[in-house]
Amino acid sequence: MNQLQNFTKGFIKENPILVLVLGTCPTLATTSSALNGMGMGLATTFVLIGSNVVISLLAPVIPDKVRIPAFIVVIASFVTVVDLLMQAYVPSLYQTLGIFIPLIVVNCIVLGRAEAFASKNTVLSSFIDGIGMGLGFTLALGILGSFREVAGSGSIFGFKFIKGDGILVFILAPGAFIALGYLIALVNRIKKN
Amino acid sequence: MAKTESTFKNMLLSLTLIALGASIALGFVYEYTKGPIELSNRNRQLEAIRQVVPEFNNNPADEMYKLPSDNGDSLEIYPSKIENKITGYAVKTYSDKGYSGTIFLMVGFKPDRTINNISVLDQKETPGLGTKMKDSKFKEQFNGKDPSLFKLKVKKDGGQVDAITAATISSRAFCDAVSKAYSTLNKEKVK
Repeated sequence: MNQLQNFTKGFIKENPILVLVLGTCPTLATTSSALNGMGMGLATTFVLIGSNVVISLLAPVIPDKVRIPAFIVVIASFVTVVDLLMQAYVPSLYQTLGIFIPLIVVNCIVLGRAEAFASKNTVLSSFIDGIGMGLGFTLALGILGSFREVAGSGSIFGFKFIKGDGILVFILAPGAFIALGYLIALVNRIKKN
Repeated sequence: MAKTESTFKNMLLSLTLIALGASIALGFVYEYTKGPIELSNRNRQLEAIRQVVPEFNNNPADEMYKLPSDNGDSLEIYPSKIENKITGYAVKTYSDKGYSGTIFLMVGFKPDRTINNISVLDQKETPGLGTKMKDSKFKEQFNGKDPSLFKLKVKKDGGQVDAITAATISSRAFCDAVSKAYSTLNKEKVK
C-alpha cells in the first residue's frame, strides 16, 4: 500500500465513524454545531498524530503483555497536552467541548489505530495514518455538525440564515442518532457503486 | 530489532520509563500554559463583570468581597467604582435547581439595587431549550427591574417573569439565582 492510499483510506474507505463506527460517543455528543464538531475533530487529530508517531517509535521496545497500559499512558499524555493548550488559547471552544476533551483518552479510534496500525508500521506510515484518520474523523464530525446545526437552529458556523428555531430534535440526542444513521446509510450506498 | 520479551524486569522497566517520560513532558506543558490559562480565566470574569455593571475604572476583581447568602453559603460581590464612588455591583450567583448541573450567573445591580444586566457564566441546560436563557429576549425582561417590586418568579408560579417556552425548570432556576443575588446583596446597607 503506498502512502497516498494510506492517507486517503481514512476519508471514505476506512472512515473511523462512517465505516468502522468507532468513537460514536463523542461523535453524537459534540456535533450539536458545526464548529463544535470540527473543534473536537481537530483535537482528536492532534492526539492521533502524536500518539501514532510515539507508539510506532516505542512499539519495538514495549513488551507485548504491557502494551495496552503503555499505549494508554502515551495517549493520555497527549490528551492532557491538548486539554491544557485549548484551555489556554481557545477558552471558548474549551468551554463548549468540556468533558469530551479528557474523554479522547478512551476514544476507540485512538487506541484502535495504536493497536492495529502504529504498533506494526513505520513512523512515517503511522504519521500519515494519523493525519488521514484524524481528518476523516474531523470530516465526518464536520458534516454531521453542519447538518444538525442547519436543521436544528437554522445557522451554520454560528451564522444564522433562517429566522426562528428550526427542528429542535436535531440539536438533541435523538437527532444525533437519526442524522448519523442516515449519513452511514448514504456512505454505504456510495461505497456500493 | 527483536521484540522485547515480556519478562517481569522488562515490563517494569518499560512502563516506568514511559510514565517518567510522559510526566516530564506534561510538567513542561503545564508550566508553559499556566500563565495563559490564568489570564484567560481572569479576562473571562472581567468581561462578564463589564457586561453587567455600568462604567467603572477600578478593578472589581481586586475589590471582591463575600457576603453570606440565606442558605449558609456566601456569594462573591464585585463592586464597580469610578473615583471611589460606587457605580454598581456585580454578584456572582448560582442555582442548583436547573435541569442539569449548576447554573452560574453574574447579576449586575445599579447602586439603587435595581437590576442592570445579567450574564450567564456557566450552564449545562438542554441545548436549544434551557440554553435560551442566554438570549437577550429572556434576559432583558429583568433589566431595570427592582426585585422588591418585581416578583422574581415565573408566571406559572404566580410571579412576573415570562418563562422560556418548554424550559420552565431552567427559567425557575434562573429566577432563583437572581433572587439569591438580590437578597444577599440587600444584607448590606445602601450607602
